[in-house]
Amino acid sequence: MRYLKYIWNVKVAGALFLKYQRFKSERRRVPARWRTDILAPPLKISARTKELISKHYLEGRYASGVKPVAWVTSGGPVEILQALGFYVLYPENHGALCGTRRVAVELSEEAENYGFSRDICSYARTDIGAMLSGKTPVGRLPKPDLLLACTNICQTVLFWYRVLARHFKIPLILIDTPFVYDDAPEHAIQYVKKQLEESIPVAERVARKSLKYKKLKEVVRLSKEASELWLEIMYRGRAKPAPISVFDQFIHMAPIVEMRGKPETVDFYALMLKEVDDRIKRGIGAVKREKKRLLWDNLPIWYKLRFLAEFLGERGISVVASTYTMAWGELAPLIDPEKPLESMAKTYIYPILNRGTGYKLEKMREMVDEFDLDGAILHSDRSCKPYSIGQVDQRNRLIQEYGIPALLLEADHNDPRAFADEQVKARLESFVEMLET
Amino acid sequence: MIASIGIDVGSTTAKIVGVDLEGKFVWSYIEPADPRVEDQVQKFLNLIEKETGPIEGKPIVATGYGRNLVHQATKKVTEITCHARGVFKQLGHGGTLVDIGGQDSKVIIIGPNGEVVDFTMNDKCAAGTGRFLENTAGRLRVKLQDMGEVALASRDEVTISSTCTVFAESEIISMIAHGVKVEPILKGLHRALVKRIVAMIRSVGLVPPLMLSGGVVKNPAIRKMIEEETGEKVILPDHPQFMGAYGAALIGLKLVRN
Ligand code: SF4
Repeated sequence: MRYLKYIWNVKVAGALFLKYQRFKSERRRVPARWRTDILAPPLKISARTKELISKHYLEGRYASGVKPVAWVTSGGPVEILQALGFYVLYPENHGALCGTRRVAVELSEEAENYGFSRDICSYARTDIGAMLSGKTPVGRLPKPDLLLACTNICQTVLFWYRVLARHFKIPLILIDTPFVYDDAPEHAIQYVKKQLEESIPVAERVARKSLKYKKLKEVVRLSKEASELWLEIMYRGRAKPAPISVFDQFIHMAPIVEMRGKPETVDFYALMLKEVDDRIKRGIGAVKREKKRLLWDNLPIWYKLRFLAEFLGERGISVVASTYTMAWGELAPLIDPEKPLESMAKTYIYPILNRGTGYKLEKMREMVDEFDLDGAILHSDRSCKPYSIGQVDQRNRLIQEYGIPALLLEADHNDPRAFADEQVKARLESFVEMLET
Repeated sequence: MIASIGIDVGSTTAKIVGVDLEGKFVWSYIEPADPRVEDQVQKFLNLIEKETGPIEGKPIVATGYGRNLVHQATKKVTEITCHARGVFKQLGHGGTLVDIGGQDSKVIIIGPNGEVVDFTMNDKCAAGTGRFLENTAGRLRVKLQDMGEVALASRDEVTISSTCTVFAESEIISMIAHGVKVEPILKGLHRALVKRIVAMIRSVGLVPPLMLSGGVVKNPAIRKMIEEETGEKVILPDHPQFMGAYGAALIGLKLVRN
């Protein structure tokens, strides 16, 4: 019965309805609120992004009892679970969605009232709040059967997922990734690989089936392809004017985070690349009168995307590249479908958050050259300590050693209570004036 | 003859400055900020007109937190740019400018040609600003304008550990309850504020010489302690409270020339 309901609601009626919605919105004219005087119209692919994400959450609503369900951290080695047919949910993505829909505070307060400190990452608070209250803008989240946390992004996830494991009384797979200072030593890679191997029987037991090596290779290949396409799209920002801004990237990055290893994700990014190339050919810039080009460091400020895009766009500033969106593409060359576990171990040990602050500084400097940028905005994210640590020095060194103007902007990626409107405007405006003289 | 007008609508005070064609500071006026910004600005403009002659057609550049409410303005520019412009014109060199205002403080690194090279502003709270002293002065029953002298006269100094304005207040209450004298508390308060400012200076890196502006410079203890803490001599421009408005007027002058 459950299975039939799933097929009907997700694969038939739901899919058709979402397709129809996409069809309609593809034909709709630019929304009236859109500032076409300063920004390019929204990407056509947006309708498809919406369809893909809605479908993903719709599937989640009916997945319980039909498919095994896993909740996973954004940097988690998801390919094994995909190959075993899990429905995979990323609480961080769901958190971001709550941020853009402006319900993150309400959910955070649920967690805070329960006793979780406001100093904890706002993704964790949003997610735990959703778990405790059952509230979510997507209707319903599927109860997980398995949890997978990988410490390659932070240590917060370790404690956060322990809370989830205790609440749901389910197994937690923990992949511990040693911090990388320069290059990861071989024993560290072997250590991660060993943990991946050990995770397989745990996941198999929950899924009640055994992993097919061929299928794993296939998923890894798809993961690599999608990441490569994403990387290509990022690099298109080298064009002048830049065809898309980081604000577009933030909106369209959801599939590469939560749907890696799926064929539709590859198709989606191939289509997006085509549209971006078409923009370049026609000389369309994300910001109409692009005067200056900037780098963005750290997570997006989800509840202020439009405000930032317009405030900066109005002043001819295009934010072209970011260390954050780059992180989901830059490791693509490391993925080797022929050696899935070995290469996964390597890929998942090297994310920017698992590396020293000197590496990030070097990366930012390189990106400034690569994309021919005029400066950098470093979002000091109150929630994300591993991303924000070292930013004061990084900023100073960008200015003093490389002559790159840089601004530290204090905010929080999901908690608007840590965002001071007037102060942010004052800083941004002063920074823009500084760039202009 | 006034050639251009600058108006700085800050959080605690509003200022207006008129400059002549050479950019010389010729007229100024200051009073506490009125929440009805438009009325206050109109009053300022009437005043300058009455005292210096017609202003019609002359550029008016607005700066400060309230700049966007000044509908009479020809142009709106941030305090950072205006302060740098004003101070550079008066002193003729770059360096590090520290502006301590009523509710916001800033550190601006000015390049050799007067350009802004880097800047930082106080955090989201009022800890590193004049408001910190103002709030606690009330508690100690010392007049704001006497605070600096009283603090400097004290040999002893207590440590105020809280930089939060509200918490510092409760710390002081408890000290008084324990019989600590007012003078050393005052000195400690100044120290706490200055340390906060110096941390801001350090965060961008001090490029000498060190210059000071804003309403708080009238307080001698602040000046002296900044010198103590940084080991740099502090230079003051002629009208330290008017640097924002002065810079704004100078920017207006450029509009005249163009
Ligand atoms: S602390 Fe940072 S890396 Fe960790 S979950 Fe939060 S945002 Fe992600």
